[in-house]
Amino acid sequence: MDDLRELYQEVILDHSKRPRNFRRPATSNRLAKGHNPLCGDRLTLYLQVEDGRVADVAFEGSGCAISVASASLMTEMVKGKTIGEAETMFHYFHDLLTGKSEPSAPPGLEFEKLSVLAGVRDYPVRVKCATLPWHTLTAALDGKPRDEIRTE
Amino acid sequence: MTGAQRTDRLHNQPPLDVNRIRQDFPILSRLVHGKKLVFLDSGASAQKPRAVIDAIKNCYENEYANIHRGVYYLSQVATEAFEEARRKVQRFLNAAESREIIFVRGGTEAINLVAQTYGRKNIKAGDEVIISAMEHHANIVPWQMLREQTGLVLKVVPINDDGEFLLQEYEKLLSPRTKLVAVTHVSNALGTITPVREIIRLAHAKGALVLLDGCQAVPHTPIDVQELDCDFYAFSAHKLYGPSGIGVLYGKAQILEAMPPYQGGGDMIVSVTFEHTEYNGIPHKFEAGTPHISGAVGLGAAIDYVTAIGLDRIAAHEDRVLHYATERVKEIKGLRLIGTAKEKAGILSFTLPNVHPHDIGTILDKQGIAVRVGHHCAQPVMDRFDVPATARASLAVYNTNEEIDALIAGLHKVREIFG
Repeated sequence: MDDLRELYQEVILDHSKRPRNFRRPATSNRLAKGHNPLCGDRLTLYLQVEDGRVADVAFEGSGCAISVASASLMTEMVKGKTIGEAETMFHYFHDLLTGKSEPSAPPGLEFEKLSVLAGVRDYPVRVKCATLPWHTLTAALDGKPRDEIRTE
Repeated sequence: MTGAQRTDRLHNQPPLDVNRIRQDFPILSRLVHGKKLVFLDSGASAQKPRAVIDAIKNCYENEYANIHRGVYYLSQVATEAFEEARRKVQRFLNAAESREIIFVRGGTEAINLVAQTYGRKNIKAGDEVIISAMEHHANIVPWQMLREQTGLVLKVVPINDDGEFLLQEYEKLLSPRTKLVAVTHVSNALGTITPVREIIRLAHAKGALVLLDGCQAVPHTPIDVQELDCDFYAFSAHKLYGPSGIGVLYGKAQILEAMPPYQGGGDMIVSVTFEHTEYNGIPHKFEAGTPHISGAVGLGAAIDYVTAIGLDRIAAHEDRVLHYATERVKEIKGLRLIGTAKEKAGILSFTLPNVHPHDIGTILDKQGIAVRVGHHCAQPVMDRFDVPATARASLAVYNTNEEIDALIAGLHKVREIFG
């Protein structure tokens, strides 16, 4: 049970039940879709990028608690950040979940928010659920037209 | 056999000594995450009894060589073991002849074989193939691929909210252009047993052939292909306690004989020159290359195993556990059963409000309980019930009411975490 509480922390349950920035914005200039065919997680990410900064970010979709919470936390974190900062966050998060970096976050950029998802690293099949929103974000930031992003 | 007849027959079966049976399956005694393994995913692939493991081991340790080639002793022994497995399948399905049994990689390949040989030869543009709304992707995609090649028309029999095959709608879809009806015998996502006798009778009345996808049926019910009068029957060994990588296509001899070969290669020929090749007779015409020899032997052992217990007794036992589970899940608040057909075998598919099946799967796994979560390779079924996925507990001969109790306790934990 304690192991499960480590995975399903209150913050994660809260974000999955009441995802932040869960809407379709009136305007956006970047869009990407993510799909995890294994469990059926789907999200559409909308970005408004202005002067190299994420001026607004929102998402829609459905999925497991881990993917929805991860998407929700991600939107909170990257809003207002530069594209470079968002990419730095993605790399830290990716390393965190694949066990390459410690949950103790580097200074700046409010990384600690992401640490609540560190427990996912003990569930290898669920790592893809948590990284799907971030892979989708990377695709949206690339700004190139491309196919649906998949993690499976 | 009608549903009522099946129910009567199952009620008359003596109970199984499940604890004794569980000892036949070495993996069931292991721990998972420090908990007793509760394996409820046999619908995806069943665990293997010692008899099957030993038969495969014996094949490699004592009786292995390539088959249908050597004049030497070991090749003859291996050939005999392989062909004996074919005869076991013949008796298991009550096929008229052993040459009607074709070894393939699994149910998927069996269906693809029919599509690409029978289908390409006989199904023309505008001809119709009928499937149902509860097919596994393996009985949808091969027909879509054939549609690309031939221009056939694919029709889909709808199901009702209980997940039952709608015979009247099916009858309306049948037409003089219907060449083939390809339907599941038991739905992998819903557990529904389809009314195969009526399906076959109505198809034959229109001159159409019938292929039954029996992957989920063979572990749970005795099959008699002659009594059913089906034209093709497909199943995989691994859901029947046998090894993966081998399965069976049954076909009526005269139909198989008229079909072009599937793959070209060794064993499927009588003679080859650069100008002309003469094909072998059935079943070898459809078995190009060295087959899964130990797989066939393992399947034979699996058939021996279930036959010794008795398919009716197995079905009766699973039915009792399924009924117990169906009653017990009612105490889980908000739980929705997907698939509530009157005639069901071995499958309990469900969703919980505001909890994604993947989270259910992870939480149960931590209690040592293995269930399948996802779309079960039946996305159209998920769409029909408007759910992205379900959690599915599927039963086998070794499952017990105590394991259902563990499942229920696990689901209470899910509710506790997600509130």
